[in-house]
Amino acid sequence: MKSAVIVFPGSNCDKDIAYVLKTFYHHKVDMVWHKTQLSQKYDLVVLPGGFSYGDYLRCGAIARFSPAMKSVLEHAKRGGRILGICNGFQILTESGLLPGTLFKNTNLKHICKNIQLVKGSQNNPLTSKLQPKQVLTIPISHGEGNYYADPDTVKQLKEENRILYRYYKENPNGSVEDIAGITSSDFKIAGLMPHPERAMENWTGTDGKLFFDNFFEF
Amino acid sequence: MFIGKINVTLKESVLDPQGQAVMKALHDMGEGSVKDVRIGKYIEVKLLANSQSDAEEQINRFCKNLLVNQVIETYSYHVEKLEV
Repeated sequence: MKSAVIVFPGSNCDKDIAYVLKTFYHHKVDMVWHKTQLSQKYDLVVLPGGFSYGDYLRCGAIARFSPAMKSVLEHAKRGGRILGICNGFQILTESGLLPGTLFKNTNLKHICKNIQLVKGSQNNPLTSKLQPKQVLTIPISHGEGNYYADPDTVKQLKEENRILYRYYKENPNGSVEDIAGITSSDFKIAGLMPHPERAMENWTGTDGKLFFDNFFEF
Repeated sequence: MFIGKINVTLKESVLDPQGQAVMKALHDMGEGSVKDVRIGKYIEVKLLANSQSDAEEQINRFCKNLLVNQVIETYSYHVEKLEV
């Protein structure tokens, strides 16, 4: 597979995800600076975590207007896959590629710790190999991860099997319905706040592999 | 030249964690009269426009396309002509 990782000013998880895609999944990975366009067709485009444009105005609001995002939108129109992690998820909602938005955690703090996740919708194909109550331990690191969408949108997400993961036992940030990640209706665009790319090695915990194994099963 | 003075606030239906924290601090100071606090953003935009209505139209567009996330926020604005 060929993947592109978009690098915004303030991205800080771009190298981590590139390392994971290359080392564990043998992707060819190109790093694409935000001022340029995708120069070829990719199977997967990743919007990495970080603080693009200093999180000014709102998280992800300004990154959406960067030149690279134009070609990311074209990639989406062609039916290409997109994965947004943390700040990448925020950019996906700001761009309108995923519904809802992410705003301040209810406790107003940046939370950096391991949390537990379970699969969201039982029939989402990005979690098809997970058992219903199988728990993944994955770190989060965000101040604005409180997912909000109006009740009609949440109902639609549920009906269309688009809830990717839910926080288990403890909801760290106040997200509606404990939502940690969602997908588009065709499941090709996925966004989540937790960082599976930070849970790939013995010293960090390896549940990130469960995330990616399931993600690439689709 | 015109100036748009824009207030962005969270929709009534959205819980405002900052407002809640500030309300609690006011209560802790003994200000028992406080019943609610909502925190928003104030943005000033100076712009060129042919008329008041042109300026308002532009400000409205800036709000919808960038300044405001209409999933959770709402806005109001006031446009004034600047003497230069």
